[in-house]
Amino acid sequence: MVLDVRVALFVTCLVDALFPDVGKATTKLLRRLGHEVVFPANQTCCGQMHINTGYQADALPLIRHHSRVFDPYDAIVAPSGSCAGSVRHQHAAVATRAGRPGLASRAESIASRTYELSEFLVDVLGVDDVGAHYPHRVTYHPTCHSLRLLRVGDKPLRLLRNVRGIDLVELPDADQCCGFGGTFAVKNADTSTAMLADKMRNVLSTRAEAVCAGDSSCLMHIGGGLSRLRTGTRTVHLAEILASVE
Amino acid sequence: MKTYLGMPTAPAGVGALRGSLSFPDAAKPALANAQLRRNLGHATRTIRAKRAAVVGEVPDWEELRLAGQAIKKATMARLDEHLERLEREVTARGGQVHWALDANAANRIVTEIVLASGATEVVKVKSMATQEIGLNEALESAGVTAVETDLAELIVQLGHDRPSHILVPAIHRNRSEIKEIFQREMHDAPADLTDDPRRLAMAARAHLRRRFLAARVAVSGANFAVAETGTLVVLESEGNGRMCLTLPETLITVMGIEKIVPTWDDLGVFMQLLPRSSTGERMNPYTSMWTGVTPGDGPREFHLVLLDNGRTAALADEVGREALHCIRCSACLNVCPVYERTGGHAYGSVYPGPIGAVLSPQLTGVAANASLPYASSLCGACFDACPVRIDIPSLLVHLRSRVVEERRLPSPESIAMAAASWLMASPRRFAGASRAARVGRLLSRRGRISTLPPPLSAWTATRDAPVPPPETFREWWRRTDGGRDGS
Repeated sequence: MVLDVRVALFVTCLVDALFPDVGKATTKLLRRLGHEVVFPANQTCCGQMHINTGYQADALPLIRHHSRVFDPYDAIVAPSGSCAGSVRHQHAAVATRAGRPGLASRAESIASRTYELSEFLVDVLGVDDVGAHYPHRVTYHPTCHSLRLLRVGDKPLRLLRNVRGIDLVELPDADQCCGFGGTFAVKNADTSTAMLADKMRNVLSTRAEAVCAGDSSCLMHIGGGLSRLRTGTRTVHLAEILASVE
Repeated sequence: MKTYLGMPTAPAGVGALRGSLSFPDAAKPALANAQLRRNLGHATRTIRAKRAAVVGEVPDWEELRLAGQAIKKATMARLDEHLERLEREVTARGGQVHWALDANAANRIVTEIVLASGATEVVKVKSMATQEIGLNEALESAGVTAVETDLAELIVQLGHDRPSHILVPAIHRNRSEIKEIFQREMHDAPADLTDDPRRLAMAARAHLRRRFLAARVAVSGANFAVAETGTLVVLESEGNGRMCLTLPETLITVMGIEKIVPTWDDLGVFMQLLPRSSTGERMNPYTSMWTGVTPGDGPREFHLVLLDNGRTAALADEVGREALHCIRCSACLNVCPVYERTGGHAYGSVYPGPIGAVLSPQLTGVAANASLPYASSLCGACFDACPVRIDIPSLLVHLRSRVVEERRLPSPESIAMAAASWLMASPRRFAGASRAARVGRLLSRRGRISTLPPPLSAWTATRDAPVPPPETFREWWRRTDGGRDGS
């Protein structure tokens, strides 16, 4: 187990503005494991929404800003597979396409130091039991970008299986997309909702109290559907479960 | 005539690469059709499981994928040389090669050959290229009947329908619908036909047998063309293709120029990748290969039509050209959560699903298919399934950029995106915007927001929106020194 790492929290704009508890839980968890957490206060947004909607020129200033803000840090951790995925797989490519080789090489360097939370815990810190306690019935949805862009594999599940008191139930068709997809949820709202309906059906079939994931964006989507139908099933971010103690 | 890089895109008004509606509008009927949703869900789930089982038993599957990707990339880099080699080899073995700039040229070439033969009916092997160019319609207007002999294509043709899947064109139909179509449209269907799959297949078999024996001209596509010997290759399951390729006097093959492989060694890689990815079989039942003409055996005349129709335009895009690596296995359709809900018709092109969303806009020019690159949640399942590792999610993102960059006039979306970029490029402005979002709390009823103004109304039509918190994360951090003051 690695001790005493100075971690720069890349909290993501969505968590900052709408789900601050996820950022607090990430901070609390990393600190409990003995690491220093710093919050580079100038951070804003990685620009993924712009890139994925086709607005690469508008994303460029955000990539430049992100690269400047996070350049001084050795370990950059985000409670999001999607935002970490954008930094790791898109930033340098967008800079290259725009004819900015200097920015591309800085973005590549930052990409090599950026981690999604479960990756950071398991791969960098070498921990798969964080000493958490969460006495609830939970099902886990692996988000597409953590699964297929970052290839986190079963790392989140390994962390969850070691949580005391948790009743972890398998989600049928877990690897199917929930239908969020950023602006896809608005541009193709009907198709997105059809995908969400099947995801909710699977979540509800588990009789879980809460559905857990490592991305607040996907949870906002699944949670928005579960709330609309008054199912009573909550959403909870992986960081919030791992930060809980008895 | 030769092709060169950056030829024109596929012309409008011919063929089937463009829909009349945008994807979100074209998807609506399918999404509202419970029967269709069940048919598609059942069919894609079944093929997914078959594919996963046979791919799982190949220990070097990932190495095969890498080899397939490398061969395609190298072949596209010297496509002109390989095509000229193919032309020389086919010609040397008694075949005739025709270069077709676009759908109109290909249709004209094929129609002239058929009319010269004096035939009024042609039998067809299942082919995406001839669907793409609308060959059946072109032949019909010249007084020639084209008979689809693949069972699923026959169902589509008899049903006056359009194919909705690359491999399984009638995937949107179930067997009771097929029975109704046969009874209504197939004049020699048995009177006591039932929806038993065997009975349906036997009815089609008897119907087609008469056409095979009478046919003088056949039209096919090609899965591969081996440049070094001028050999054409068709893989199929039913044996109808073998009939078409061997019985008639004249054989016309229409092939997209990207289907070429340089050598037989290269072909070996794809022969391992394609059946497992496509039908989920270790090997397909029928593989037909032919090289020019052989006196006394098979067709006496062989014509190869090499089709561009937007392919060199795609080749000119250094990122987008990867879509030309596609071997039409349709594994990406079967794993796509969007395709599974909407089916193929929503894409408006003969190439549906994830590969269609990156191929059709490049063949037609992105403005003619601007909604297709957005018909994906970017979940990435297509890349994992692709036997030649086409990075479809990255291609979708790239084509979205082309859509935006080629649009001249500002739209509400582009203005909003520019504004968001301006806000988020500055921490001060971003913090201010987050604070301002707090007025959203006023919209909250019992802890949820159920209505928002357009365009976010598309979200709240079916999903609640989160209520902005009383304090953002950065405000909390500043107030509590990152929680170190104990709060």
